[in-house]
Amino acid sequence: MNSGLRSGRWIPYAVGAGIGVLSWVVFVVVASPIGITTAISQVAGGVAALAVGPETVSQNPYWARHPMKLDYGTLFIVGTFLGALASALVSQSFRIETVPPVWRERFGPSVSKRMVVAFVGGALAMYGARMAGGCTSGNGISQGLQLAVVGWTFLVVMFASGLLTAWALFRPAK
Amino acid sequence: MFPVTGTPALALAVVFGAAFGWLLHRGKVLDYDVIINQFRLRDFTVLKVMLTAIVVGGIGVLALVHLGAAKFHVRDANMLGTIVGAAIFGVGMVLYGYCPGTGIAATATGKVHALVGAIGMLFGAMLYAASFDWVNRNVLTVWKLGKATLADVTGLPYLAILVILAAGAVALFAAVEKGRLERP
Repeated sequence: MNSGLRSGRWIPYAVGAGIGVLSWVVFVVVASPIGITTAISQVAGGVAALAVGPETVSQNPYWARHPMKLDYGTLFIVGTFLGALASALVSQSFRIETVPPVWRERFGPSVSKRMVVAFVGGALAMYGARMAGGCTSGNGISQGLQLAVVGWTFLVVMFASGLLTAWALFRPAK
Repeated sequence: MFPVTGTPALALAVVFGAAFGWLLHRGKVLDYDVIINQFRLRDFTVLKVMLTAIVVGGIGVLALVHLGAAKFHVRDANMLGTIVGAAIFGVGMVLYGYCPGTGIAATATGKVHALVGAIGMLFGAMLYAASFDWVNRNVLTVWKLGKATLADVTGLPYLAILVILAAGAVALFAAVEKGRLERP
């Protein structure tokens, strides 16, 4: 069996079902669907306050709606971090990785190249998620499971855009 | 009794978040290669996880709503913002190799490039806050459908759409497991 606590990997369907059941629980117990990016925006407001001062941040119309505080959403992200850390430690699969294998095969071992693209990609993903009203979790899964138009529009467009981007990045050199 | 609010809800946030992070790691979706290879159609792990979560979650949440134990939390569909935002998101996710949730969770498993991308996410959130006034007036106001569901726009019964989705997911999974979809 490859499903033990220490082997570190469960079959994807079991993991998907687990996230589905977790959705049942959060809908009932806290009435707050799984989501990530609203809370990241709040944290970004907290970081921005260190640079430009809390008054400037609180006057921003977006951060006025989503102020930085230790609320359900931000603590959910803390939990997500801790849960992944615990799983990696228990399964002894915590590894420092700077350049992942598939990237290295295509773009070489340069650490700075990978880091610049990861930074730009993270920024774009966050910007797009906020404009769309959520990310893969909050929009794709939590809205998708409620058959919300916003969730399915996000899933289809995101996937199409990702396919095109991956094709452009990884197509064989002529 | 439910929903739980106040300080107990904050403790539960960490517990539920931890369950989510644990599941993401167990599902292999904290590996850059697994996510990228979904978009290269070489590994369908991401779709297996997501579609199973949507179908299992959807059936259960529908039942719970009918039992009166839960409420729907459908968000407004501001179609122009959703389409443009999702298109930008798809580019960003493939460049990064992660979505926001998996990026944070992957950082916890030692992936330094996931951490750098997470810092990029903070930067992206700042850019959004800086441009929000304009986006709110010029993008989010276009083609608003409100809290619409697929049942509203198709006229089909909600449960029928869930069944169709479940059947579609099972058909997709069967094709993947037979090796008909994954490219070498």
